[in-house]
Amino acid sequence: MPHKIKNIAEAVTAYIRSGQSMMVGGFGRGGVPFSIIDYLADHPEQYKGLILYKNDANEPDLGIGRLLKNRQVKHLYTTHIGLNPAFIAQMNAGEIACTLTPQGIFAEKIRAGGAGIPAFLSDIGLHTSYAKGKEKMTLDGQNYILERAYHADVAIICADMVDQKGNCWWQGSNRNMCVAMGTACDHVIVEAKEIVDTGRLQPENIHLPGVFVSAVVRAEPRRHQQEAAA
Amino acid sequence: MSFHRQMTGKDEIILRRAAQEVQQGQTINLGIGLPTMLPIFLPATIDVMFHAENGCLGMGKPVDNGTPDYPVIDAGGRACHLVSGAACFDSVLSFTIVRGGRLDLVILGAFEVAINGDLANWTIPGKSTPGMGGGMEVAQKAKRVMVLSHHLDKNGRAKLAEKCSLPLTAPGCVDTLITEQAVFRRQNGRLTLVSLHPDTTLEIATSPFDFKVPVAQKLETWRA
Repeated sequence: MPHKIKNIAEAVTAYIRSGQSMMVGGFGRGGVPFSIIDYLADHPEQYKGLILYKNDANEPDLGIGRLLKNRQVKHLYTTHIGLNPAFIAQMNAGEIACTLTPQGIFAEKIRAGGAGIPAFLSDIGLHTSYAKGKEKMTLDGQNYILERAYHADVAIICADMVDQKGNCWWQGSNRNMCVAMGTACDHVIVEAKEIVDTGRLQPENIHLPGVFVSAVVRAEPRRHQQEAAA
Repeated sequence: MSFHRQMTGKDEIILRRAAQEVQQGQTINLGIGLPTMLPIFLPATIDVMFHAENGCLGMGKPVDNGTPDYPVIDAGGRACHLVSGAACFDSVLSFTIVRGGRLDLVILGAFEVAINGDLANWTIPGKSTPGMGGGMEVAQKAKRVMVLSHHLDKNGRAKLAEKCSLPLTAPGCVDTLITEQAVFRRQNGRLTLVSLHPDTTLEIATSPFDFKVPVAQKLETWRA
């Protein structure tokens, strides 16, 4: 089987188009594919009108904060935007659509999308404004919100160790939304902090098997890390 | 950039009092802001596991000079150590812990708390919308919900209201409210003042309320 390692330009050109829906891994900084995002942000005319799914809006000049600032995004599906006041202002001004969903329901919608489950029932937020306008169902006398699954054209995620077959392993809290997102999209580009030889990862410790992965790219040293090294 | 802030004298009073509510062996989720500083005030004899939404059970002390790029962060973005016996997982499993009812205690901040236990802490429409994050789920599914808040907001209004004016995070979920002046516990469906800080009086603590706050017949001694 040929290996999946590509450079960022090759992978992005092969799988990402303007107007696509795209899931982006990460919570805070862990799991965020910064190098791929920076490539997209450096080519704003080629990649715009994106529909993004991401746990949080990052910070104004970091990660998807750059795509939001460049107005390359038309709709952000997310759970928390509190660290990006610039985006809160854009949302309040109606410049970019934003759909906020409880975090675990957001994760479960993605998991369902990857697992071939079109929708599920949940009582989270049932008695809050979150439930307004949402489809409801009664099961065994209880009311629930019908939560539809999320599926997207492409996922970009960052893993700590990835082998040539695309098997992924994450350290600490870096896994977050990445695993579910890696199952819920037509194509998955994994940004690897470290690429290891196939066979090096213990089979039992693989968090996302390579079967879900289209391409593996190498993470570039981040700008501030380069500054720190200089 | 993260949510972590400098602690004030009022914060310390609230945190010291809140630490008294923590019980041995509990699984606890801490909301961002003030609650994340609670572990500093727990005695070493208390053995609990802190859950973080981003995928850890067993969060430990903050890492000295840690950066947000550290491989273990809490839900507020602060680099943390893991304790012995900790586990790391993804967001799906993290919320299986939450919605499955495995959290004994969740400690949150609030924009508003209503006397019936309604909690509003995710949006001030048109002004500030940090988003609900995992707040709705932890508030709705934890066995016990405790809110830590200053007695008054920046405009001098009481955080405890007769009714929330903001969109709710979850209805009727708050079991305990701790401010620098008083402790309120939900009794017969209403948050009831059960303890007063020694530096205040019942008159001072209840004067910001334009409604009648239930007061326990016998007040608990303030513990800190």
